[in-house]
Amino acid sequence: MRWIWIDKFVEFTPRTSAATIKNVTLAEEHLHDLYPAFPIVPHSLIVEGMAQTAGILVGEARDFAEKVILAKVGRATFHRLVRPGDTLLFKARIEQLSEQGASTTGTVEAGGELVAEIELMFSHIDQNLAGLEFPEHNFVFTEQFTELLKTYRLGSVVRI
Amino acid sequence: MAISHDEVYKKVQGVLVDALGVDEDEVTPDAVIKDDLGAESIDFLDISFRLEKAFGIKIGKGEMMPDLSNNAELAQNGKVTPAGIVELKKRMPHSDFTEFEKNPTVDNMSKLFTVKTIVGYVEGKLAAA
Repeated sequence: MRWIWIDKFVEFTPRTSAATIKNVTLAEEHLHDLYPAFPIVPHSLIVEGMAQTAGILVGEARDFAEKVILAKVGRATFHRLVRPGDTLLFKARIEQLSEQGASTTGTVEAGGELVAEIELMFSHIDQNLAGLEFPEHNFVFTEQFTELLKTYRLGSVVRI
Repeated sequence: MAISHDEVYKKVQGVLVDALGVDEDEVTPDAVIKDDLGAESIDFLDISFRLEKAFGIKIGKGEMMPDLSNNAELAQNGKVTPAGIVELKKRMPHSDFTEFEKNPTVDNMSKLFTVKTIVGYVEGKLAAA
């Protein structure tokens, strides 16, 4: 299984905001793990979807030169459950960006209804964890993430 | 119009309540940010972002809480040197160094960082603006 909880970008304004969607299908194994007779998306994976949306936005702001790690969930408020058949819309905005990291705010919607409000903090780990060494290559932004953004950008040029 | 000490204190208190999820009455002037309020390393970046927003100031890396780890003149083998202590006193004039000077390790530096230190730092930034 690939650890990716967004399907595609639908909006991307560099250094400012981004929006992605995720289609929830009954075929996803994890839906059946929490409550076997009542498939729902766990809140933690909704946070992960936001972290991937906002994380790519933060990474792109520095041309993916920094290793951007989700460091803190400042606030996560949930308003309704997410079930198979829902299409989640993750909207993320950069509030502050510095050499050391970034803070983001965002909402998650489904069918025009508010699902969650999520505030996150990201750390540029090479700048913050003095004394610790990390691999030189950027292990955070693997191809599966950067391809999502490429597909979005390509989509604005080519329509199939 | 200049912002009063009480207003700065109240705003700093709000920042710490939001960033650390602590109760307002826990945020006393002498509360140590790490030991008493439970801050972890990423919380310092969070606090710094929230202070920037609350007061309209810009806080550079290592400005509010100096990082001596990469400077051999100021810290060696996990100990802050006499020159390092002089530098810290200059940069953290609102901190009480009495206990720290008895065992001036790099690890103990976090004990210098209290609510009072942040209030003093913000007031200094606002006065210089």
